[in-house]
Amino acid sequence: MLEYEFMRNAFYAIAIVTPLFGLVGTMIVNNKMAFFSDALGHSALTGIAIGAILGVTNPTISMVVFAIIFALLLNKIKDIKSSSRDTIISVFSSTAIAIGLVILSQNGNFTKFSNYLIGDILSIVPQEIYLILGIAVAVFAFWILFFNKLLAISVNPTLAKSKKIPVKLIENIFIVIIAVIVMLAIRWVGILIINSLLILPAASSRNISKNMRQYHFWAIVFSLVSGMLGLIISFYQKTATGPTIVIVASIIFFITYFLRKKSED
Amino acid sequence: MGVNCGLCCTKINNISVTLGQKEILKDVNIHIHCGHLEVIIGKNGAGKSTLLRAILGEVKHTGEIIFTNKEKNGAPIRIGYVPQRINVENSPMTVYDMIASFTSNKPVFLYKNKKTYEDIKKHLKDFGAEELIDSKVNRLSGGELQRVLLAMATIPYPDLLILDEPISGIDKNGKEQFYKNINDLKNNHDLAIILVSHDFEFVKKYADDVIMLDGKVVENGKPEEVFASKAFKETFGGEA
Repeated sequence: MLEYEFMRNAFYAIAIVTPLFGLVGTMIVNNKMAFFSDALGHSALTGIAIGAILGVTNPTISMVVFAIIFALLLNKIKDIKSSSRDTIISVFSSTAIAIGLVILSQNGNFTKFSNYLIGDILSIVPQEIYLILGIAVAVFAFWILFFNKLLAISVNPTLAKSKKIPVKLIENIFIVIIAVIVMLAIRWVGILIINSLLILPAASSRNISKNMRQYHFWAIVFSLVSGMLGLIISFYQKTATGPTIVIVASIIFFITYFLRKKSED
Repeated sequence: MGVNCGLCCTKINNISVTLGQKEILKDVNIHIHCGHLEVIIGKNGAGKSTLLRAILGEVKHTGEIIFTNKEKNGAPIRIGYVPQRINVENSPMTVYDMIASFTSNKPVFLYKNKKTYEDIKKHLKDFGAEELIDSKVNRLSGGELQRVLLAMATIPYPDLLILDEPISGIDKNGKEQFYKNINDLKNNHDLAIILVSHDFEFVKKYADDVIMLDGKVVENGKPEEVFASKAFKETFGGEA
């Protein structure tokens, strides 16, 4: 299958994107932010729509800009100490997807954008691979420099603050990272399932890991294996790649889940 | 509780906190000498946690916190904090991971730094918790977690240690152990300690001063004085 250029590109892209998602996913799961990253994914449609209105030729730019604003706004809401937080995030999420759909479906044009829903990994071009590689390197550097602080904040923000950790700044950088990588990958993976790619590998890894090193190792391995297997299966079975990857990731989740249950018995 | 600070003390002067339209705290003054345990009591909503968060700089407040230590000559105050609860649900995080995340820059997701590990282990030993270093935090019992959090709050040893009702769900032996640890810290390291607690039996035994809070300081003095006060009896009945 690697004799085709589009398959080679997809292969490289997955080899970069899935470990990146596995890495970042560990802290999304730790911080119980699944709801948040889901809402963020939904905001992509509004970003595309706004780009279309403003006449931006490259929708990725308007998506990323909108997602960053949306994410920072959502993070402000996070501080609301009431039980209605999930409801508010949900309202934001539905509003974002509805606005996007309304604008994009004007004059019956939506089919043009339906690719964003399930993604098209075979459309990747080399420039995009270089871009995501650069971002992956930057995120990894951030992780090396700031992971401890991110973990400390997830344990208890007040405690982190008492140790002079700049809580808001680090949280906001983390959130911008999520916004950027989700938006860059969304055209390949699809809005409907991008969140599972962030959540499933980390959730699976949690089932079997005993410390932070194992947690990261297995999250990255599971993510990479899901991506590669999903790509290969989708090539031979002629299915959409993103959903196929997610099915593999779900199977891994259930296996690790039962392994945990067994070890607890 | 004189205005004179002596060699080493923390003065919390005229702290007021207003959230929205509501005045949560008004003109709270506390002076704590190093080597003293100050216990804050008060009913729910009396502003205890808000006061602690104001001291930690997490909520906007008026007033000032002045730290004096003649030996340290103007060094900024170092505050240690033990929160009421932490978020560790299902997290594959060991005691080493957690403590190192707060006290070290060596990325814990990548490798275990030998020196950091040994330093943490040595410090945990002072709290009888060295064997817990590789345990997952979410598997610790209430008493074990308490010791670990106390150890973590004292790396490095702070000038002021703040504990926010940290011993719920621990049996009597565990509590006794906890208060003994606090007492040792106070005596051996000359820490000023602020503790929110309602274990009146232990408060009576270990506290140097008690402050009763209800939006402002309503009673302040030695434990037996505060427990004998009218305000105390009206709020807590004959509990002490």
